[in-house]
Amino acid sequence: MGSRNTGPGRNRRKSAPAALAAGLAALAVLVSGCVPGTGGTGAADGARPGATAVPDAADAGNVTLRVWDQEVRGGTHAEIEQLNKEFQEKYPNVTIKRVSRSFDDLKTTLKLALSGNNPPDVVQANQGYPDMVSFVRAGLLTPLDNYAGIYDWNTRYPNTLLNLNRVSADSRRFGTGRLYGISQTGEFVGVYYNKKVLADAGIEPPKTWQEFTDSLARLKDEGELPIQFGNLDKWPAIHTFGMLQDQLGATDTRNTVLGRGDGFDTAHTKDAAATLADWIDRGYLPKDANGLGYDDANKQFAGGKGAYLITGTWMQADLKKPLGDKLGIMPPPPAAKGGTPATTGGQGLAWSVTSRSPHPEVAAAYLDFITDEHAADVMTENGVLPAVPGKAADRLDPDSADGQMIASWRRLNEDDGLVPYLDYATPTFYDTTSAALQDLIAGNTTPEEFAAALQKDYGPFIEKQRAPEPTGS
Amino acid sequence: MRASNTGRRAPGEPRAVGYLYILPALLVYGLFLLYPFGQSVWLSFLHWDGLTRATPAGFDNYTSLFTDPSLRAPFGHALVLLVFYSALPVAIGLLLAGAMSRIRIRGLTFFRTVLFLPQVLAMVVVGVAWRSVLAPDGLLNDLLRAVGLDSLARPWLGDYDWALPAVGIVGTWVMTGLCMVLFLAGAQRIPRELYEAARIDGAGALREFFTVTLPGLRGEIAVAFTLTIVAGLRNFDLIYVTTGGGPGNTTSVPAYEVYHRAFELNQVGSAAAIGVALTVLIFVLTVSVSRLVEGRRS
Repeated sequence: MGSRNTGPGRNRRKSAPAALAAGLAALAVLVSGCVPGTGGTGAADGARPGATAVPDAADAGNVTLRVWDQEVRGGTHAEIEQLNKEFQEKYPNVTIKRVSRSFDDLKTTLKLALSGNNPPDVVQANQGYPDMVSFVRAGLLTPLDNYAGIYDWNTRYPNTLLNLNRVSADSRRFGTGRLYGISQTGEFVGVYYNKKVLADAGIEPPKTWQEFTDSLARLKDEGELPIQFGNLDKWPAIHTFGMLQDQLGATDTRNTVLGRGDGFDTAHTKDAAATLADWIDRGYLPKDANGLGYDDANKQFAGGKGAYLITGTWMQADLKKPLGDKLGIMPPPPAAKGGTPATTGGQGLAWSVTSRSPHPEVAAAYLDFITDEHAADVMTENGVLPAVPGKAADRLDPDSADGQMIASWRRLNEDDGLVPYLDYATPTFYDTTSAALQDLIAGNTTPEEFAAALQKDYGPFIEKQRAPEPTGS
Repeated sequence: MRASNTGRRAPGEPRAVGYLYILPALLVYGLFLLYPFGQSVWLSFLHWDGLTRATPAGFDNYTSLFTDPSLRAPFGHALVLLVFYSALPVAIGLLLAGAMSRIRIRGLTFFRTVLFLPQVLAMVVVGVAWRSVLAPDGLLNDLLRAVGLDSLARPWLGDYDWALPAVGIVGTWVMTGLCMVLFLAGAQRIPRELYEAARIDGAGALREFFTVTLPGLRGEIAVAFTLTIVAGLRNFDLIYVTTGGGPGNTTSVPAYEVYHRAFELNQVGSAAAIGVALTVLIFVLTVSVSRLVEGRRS
């Protein structure tokens, strides 16, 4: 599927052209410094008196809906194009003006566009403190709770997913409060495996965590690389580590990320770190991981080097192309056979309505249209994992990688096994964790020091968060 | 005739007319460089997340440049990189130019072109190419293993001790060609008689280099230092493409930190302060170079 650029962890991945574009655009924007910086945007706090019945977009008169998204890749791009076309056919009075940019480009320009005088109507906002919470604090996004009631989004989505798009009324926390967006796609960090490599080593796809770790040792003995892994880009280890941590303390990790758990100076953080270090030591993960690019690692796995690959479902389309039937995916095997799996995951970027949009009801109708059951089927047909799979998903071959992906997704949602990306935890957590993990992988820190480094970022931030709101913010 | 009226004036009079000539360029310069720079200075005295109302920061953003190790380190790395971006290319360029002034090399144009080629490539292309050369299974490690130096092979860009020098060497590779071409052009301007005189006086290769070539290239050396220092300090694209400041923070540089803070951490004030500090640093270094090397006094 094509949505591999859609979330906080993955966003740092950059192809070379994207790097050029993003980097130069970023510097150009900064240098030309469009906003002198004392203004604030002073937009209204966005709580519009909303409609109470399903508003008919057809009655809105001639409307141009400006949509900024970052779905530039194969499957998601095609799916959005198709849905846009269908929406305009359904409502001939609506014209959609779509601007799609790569994640990095969108991230660097969205802030300025939103705070300008003529912002787009619908934007894709990244969950977490740096983007969505900041936008809400500046009053740039419209709360969607009204529409969620009208369009039954509250029942369409599992709460775990919906909550990630919520920001508290005081704009200081996320995961709770008003709804500021809905997501189209789902994603989770799964265990990809090469069926042929496993079969050649005489290994059945593992059903339990113990079987999984046993198979790693066996693969190593056979001279095969057990898990392909590249961490030069700094962020991939967040997913690997997150998955390990979720096996030991999923609930607490989820609470911690959402600002109400025990933090990171915990036994399961240290144990997960110790496991990661141990896997490097034993050669289950390549020793040179810090020097190998994410794309290069994926390419090597796709070329048959490595039995497992732990990464997000956004890679599925790219892996399926070269590997075909040999590709399999499962959630991390649970401790006991048939137990509940847990892993890092969530959803694609939230689609949000800006507070200055003159047509919030049309924008909401659009949001509903691109996320409803029909949309889910369009996504499935384009090889994209919908947040809420529809009928088309049932027709997939259960043994194909796509079928396995959908089944794993459903399982994870049913069992409440999804833990949000660790880098949501604080505004600087991406830096803290990625650097600490590179240290850990290089053997420069102990698991204890690693946990302490994470807590040193998390502790003071949460303390500030929990303190009473300072006056005049 | 009216023309005779103007003809009576001395050329260039009245003096103010000169400003008219530079006005278009000055406008562009002011609009796109001076004004934004002023804005950056203004921003650097604020705490601003890029969206909500900013609060005055006083000198906070500047003092933290000295007190915060995560801000000090990038400047340290930039100075280390200067050795690779500036000192080494100038030294190698001089060596090559010196050698070429004594020995006639067949296919000189060819070698010159090849050595200059990195300058023509976009830095991002250079970064991507070197990223694959320096990869664990990349060309460099293959080469080392092929000649039996397995113990030296390492994941260059992921190694805490070697990532910074590895990125630096890429800079050397890019900049050497520029320096060499500059020096070769300069060396052709040095009168042959000086070399002949030196040889008649019995000067060896070394003596000849220090008494004739080096002083003759003074202007070019100043230019080379200025260009390479500026390129080295504002280095962003190469870091962005190759390491993203990693592993840990061992290769983060000021220009990367500006981008990172302004766009990823929403700390626009701090980013602006780094940018201003970087500008001052570049200014001081280039002025020192033109004073010390070129001997120009302003």
